[in-house]
Amino acid sequence: MTTLTKAPEDALPPEGRRSWLKEHSELGLCALLAVLGILVLTDALTMDDHFAQRGPVGPQAVPTVVGIALLLVAALLTADVLRGGKGEAETGEDVDLDTPAEWRTVLMLAGVFLGNAVLIGIVGFPISGALLFWGAAYVLGSRNLTRDPLIAAALSLATYVVFNNLLGVPLPGGPLMGVL
Amino acid sequence: MDSLTSLMDGFGTALTPINILWAAVGVLLGTAIGVLPGIGPAMAVALLLPVTYGLDPTAAFIMFAGIYYGGMFGGSTTSILLNTPGESAAVVAAMEGNPMAKSGRGSQALAAAAVGHFIGGIIGTCLLVALAPVVADLAVDIGAPDYFAIMVLAFIAVTSVLGKSRIRGFASLLIGLTLGLVGMDQMTGQQRLTFGSLHLSDGIDVIIVAVGLFAIGEALWVAAHLKSGGDGAIPVGRPWLDKKDLKRTWKPWLRGPVIGFPFGAIPAGGAEIPTFLSYVTEKRLSKHKDEWGKGAIEGVAGPESTASASAAGTLVSMLTLGLPTTAVAAVMLAAFQQYGIQPGPLLFEREPDLVWGLIASLFVGMVLLLVLNLPLAPVWAKLLRIPRPYLYAGIMFFAAVGAYAVSGEALDLFILLIIGLIGLAMRRYGLPVLPAVIGVILGPAAENQMRRALQISDGSLTGLVNSPFAVTVYAIVALILAWPWVRKLLPARRTEERAEERV
Repeated sequence: MTTLTKAPEDALPPEGRRSWLKEHSELGLCALLAVLGILVLTDALTMDDHFAQRGPVGPQAVPTVVGIALLLVAALLTADVLRGGKGEAETGEDVDLDTPAEWRTVLMLAGVFLGNAVLIGIVGFPISGALLFWGAAYVLGSRNLTRDPLIAAALSLATYVVFNNLLGVPLPGGPLMGVL
Repeated sequence: MDSLTSLMDGFGTALTPINILWAAVGVLLGTAIGVLPGIGPAMAVALLLPVTYGLDPTAAFIMFAGIYYGGMFGGSTTSILLNTPGESAAVVAAMEGNPMAKSGRGSQALAAAAVGHFIGGIIGTCLLVALAPVVADLAVDIGAPDYFAIMVLAFIAVTSVLGKSRIRGFASLLIGLTLGLVGMDQMTGQQRLTFGSLHLSDGIDVIIVAVGLFAIGEALWVAAHLKSGGDGAIPVGRPWLDKKDLKRTWKPWLRGPVIGFPFGAIPAGGAEIPTFLSYVTEKRLSKHKDEWGKGAIEGVAGPESTASASAAGTLVSMLTLGLPTTAVAAVMLAAFQQYGIQPGPLLFEREPDLVWGLIASLFVGMVLLLVLNLPLAPVWAKLLRIPRPYLYAGIMFFAAVGAYAVSGEALDLFILLIIGLIGLAMRRYGLPVLPAVIGVILGPAAENQMRRALQISDGSLTGLVNSPFAVTVYAIVALILAWPWVRKLLPARRTEERAEERV
């Protein structure tokens, strides 16, 4: 794979190499696409074809095409990046691309979301949802220790009642709703 | 005239008090969510989808129609008052709308946008009423090879027409197709990419993909680059237009649908191209050329009417062919599937109440939009000042609610986060999100049509090109693919001039 040949500047000192990699971090995306392609291809090729196949085209055909296309795109994208092509980062109303990215915030935000996914089955939506909102707001820089949790609790409880009781979309109440 | 009677029946459905209520709730919610900075119509629709889960299909889609138009209108309010549009169709509205707001004519800009939306929407929906049954009739006869060809066209168009880099568009499309492969093969029952997980064998719900890519991906991406402070929104009063403004806006309003509707119906990415064309047209025809760039009201009126009409055009291909041409339509198609309804030529025969109720409620929704939103504009403007931590925490919160509501399983939340991280990477490296969503939703359908076509031809690949229709579509596909080279051969013309104006 062309993806692996990303060190034409082996001779550079370590810092230079690191900044080269940082500059070309898009190669990571190419690698990811290649890995995805291999995954899809492996899955397609290891399918057992005992299944009663209807028609001349089996379930392997499309995954095989998609897998090969993924490898192809990974290669072409690698070539594009090495020739100096760059994906333009998306802009938006609240996006400031002039400052360096704060990946720590992203990680913490993902962590908070993960926490909600784990907790929702244990403590129910009203509590896990409130923690999700408060946690996310905290991570994003809101530090009002009375207003934030109050808004979180009110929002979560109101959402629960509206969805569960008014709109007929069930959400887990958890032990808290058992008590109330 | 048949469609007129059906439409009257549709109004019978849409005008019951309870359905008017749902339409009003939809318009208000759609505008409120769409006006929030960072939330485009597609995200608004995806986030609000769970609200409709408990309703019967007709009520749900009537509410949905309100959300759709409300979300679009909300988006243009944001770009006029805040200038940095988060969504492509609203880019043009900001070019003249924001200078107007800055020079104290924000109320007029909003009014021009609102009435433009109304007129564009009404004309567009009338065209929809006239055309959709005709297209559906024609489409009944087209077979599997033709469908497959149209879907290939959609894939190629969505990756090649929009965006700056084709290769990145294709990467995004392939990510979507891969996600669409997960689950049990519909024809043989073979498990694909499920890794033995029972939950995955049902496939990944399109709603989870849409919410993950649009909502979680966006929230995480903004978290990495959150702007501190910001420009702040411009406060406005009640929107109004005086005689002088009306004289300048009525023609752009009426010209908008002519440009917008046809572009909406073809898979060329929805409102981005037609709104821009409308902007250029109005600029050329304007008698006030000196005002352009400083706040010419025609530059708001024309593109907004165009955007609204293109949304109606989008519905033609979505309802009659099951072909989504924009992100919002893709989410809407997913909503249909949620109810076990498959849009396509037979939809008008099988579910006449629902379709005509939906179309009638588009009219109702637009009237409500005008009646509610003009007086409420100052309130919507206040929403723009919501503290950003609350806004993005709220997006995460409602994304979690929406994903969980799909099937009531916490596992979906993990999948949502993974797809959100993919969405983050796509934003970082400039992969457009729309091809991925189209890939997820059309991929499985395209595979089915292809296999059906090959089944009929007994495996011979000629079975894919055995109708004049399919051959024509593939010729268009070839032309789109070859366009960059073809263009080089043509003498350099306006295209570059346009590209420059864009910046």
